[in-house]
Amino acid sequence: MSTIIFLILLVLAWQGFYWLSVDIFAWFKPYAMPSPIGVGETFIRLCQNGTLIEATCNSLLRGIAGYAIAVVIGAVIGLLMNHFSYLQKNLKPLILGIQTLPSICWVPFSILWFGLSTEAILFVVVMGAAFSIAISVDNAIRNIQPIYTKAALTMGANKRQLYFHVMLPASLPELITGLKQGWSFAWRALMSGEVMTTSVGLGQTLITGRDLADINQVMLVMIVIIVVGIVIEKCIFSTAERRVLKRRGLKTD
Amino acid sequence: MALEIKGVHKQFQNNDSATLHDINLEIQNGEFVCIVGSSGCGKSTLLNLIAGLDQPTRGEILLDGNAITGPGAERTVMFQEHGLFPWLNVIENVKFGMKLSGLSKEEQEEKAEYYLNMVKLLDYKDYLIHEISGGMRQRVALARALTMDSKILLMDEPFSALDKQTSNQLREELQRIWMETKRTILFITHSVEEAVYLADRVVILSAETGQIANIIPIELERPREVYQPDFVEYRHQILNLVREEIAV
Repeated sequence: MSTIIFLILLVLAWQGFYWLSVDIFAWFKPYAMPSPIGVGETFIRLCQNGTLIEATCNSLLRGIAGYAIAVVIGAVIGLLMNHFSYLQKNLKPLILGIQTLPSICWVPFSILWFGLSTEAILFVVVMGAAFSIAISVDNAIRNIQPIYTKAALTMGANKRQLYFHVMLPASLPELITGLKQGWSFAWRALMSGEVMTTSVGLGQTLITGRDLADINQVMLVMIVIIVVGIVIEKCIFSTAERRVLKRRGLKTD
Repeated sequence: MALEIKGVHKQFQNNDSATLHDINLEIQNGEFVCIVGSSGCGKSTLLNLIAGLDQPTRGEILLDGNAITGPGAERTVMFQEHGLFPWLNVIENVKFGMKLSGLSKEEQEEKAEYYLNMVKLLDYKDYLIHEISGGMRQRVALARALTMDSKILLMDEPFSALDKQTSNQLREELQRIWMETKRTILFITHSVEEAVYLADRVVILSAETGQIANIIPIELERPREVYQPDFVEYRHQILNLVREEIAV
């Protein structure tokens, strides 16, 4: 509740600042300063002509598809690194290094490979998220308390049972945190990719706003990108995280 | 004869873990054997070797004539820290080992309830692990270990992380359960009183030599009471032997 009041106050302050700086003192030209009313009008316009909904759906689908691929690839790399000490020693530092590369740096490479296509965007998303997921998977498994595996082994667990009945559930809290982080990387990478290419999506709507010198549209799309990112993180990942932690008594509320 | 330990040596590369030298011990079916010794005497090392979680440097360990090569369900371990899975509730934890061995759902349910009843926790079967006390967790771990029908049950100081009162209560229950089930149990403890209370034979391990210093049969009727004169005498005798080992 207090968050909502705070947001309303923030929007009011923003509108007040707009009046002062544009209408009264004319510090800014009207096309250089977005206003809440202008953003609201743009929101209605883009909703009515369907642009915003189409762009959001496209971006979401692309984001989810790219993220899903990144999870599979990241999990495989993470499991391999965990299983083979050779990879642990040699590949992991490399992956940690690649992970520091901002995802937008993959865009030129991706365009050379795939052209200005959806595949190019997906490639950027996968590259942006897979390595961080790989590192989290490896860490999550390494941090499992040895007593769980010992207890299962002395109850006759085989390799497969150890993975599915012990290691997977034991590492779940950390895995979910890693997947959550992977999602936020994927979503950011998606925007880098969409801004640089021409497929319909939020990133492209953002660039259209720039091309039309419509700062309200630019602002609106930025807000939508933030809101979608937050909604997915809160609704899916934070809920899952809370449930898992609560069951294990690691969080009380 | 259930378990034979023949000329077992264990040495560690880093040299700071306890080493074992020429351990020879036989445990009969249905026997309750306690191993006592000061910390660092290698009692947990020995248990790990029997469990198959570690390999001896020399010598061999046989269970019903078969050499032990790795961990297995016929040598279930009950650990000092309960080792229950926090993502499962009480009864799911008890069923865990039976699920691994592919027992039918009905059998799992029936057996889990039978042993939960034995440790007096049937009313708590749907509780989560973090909702029950430390003593209750160890009882769940005991129930889980009992469901495995292991040829030998290995217990690694299972009560030593609990407060005195809870630990006394649990050893009384273990005595009762052992009298009911006649399992073969190897029990590691640093408490001489606990060993005399529970064991048919008390094995004293020496930290100095890494060898078995003494084996004392406890010829007391069960159920035992700590204030019986015979009990006090046994406790005194073994305490002195353990002290001698430390003093050497």
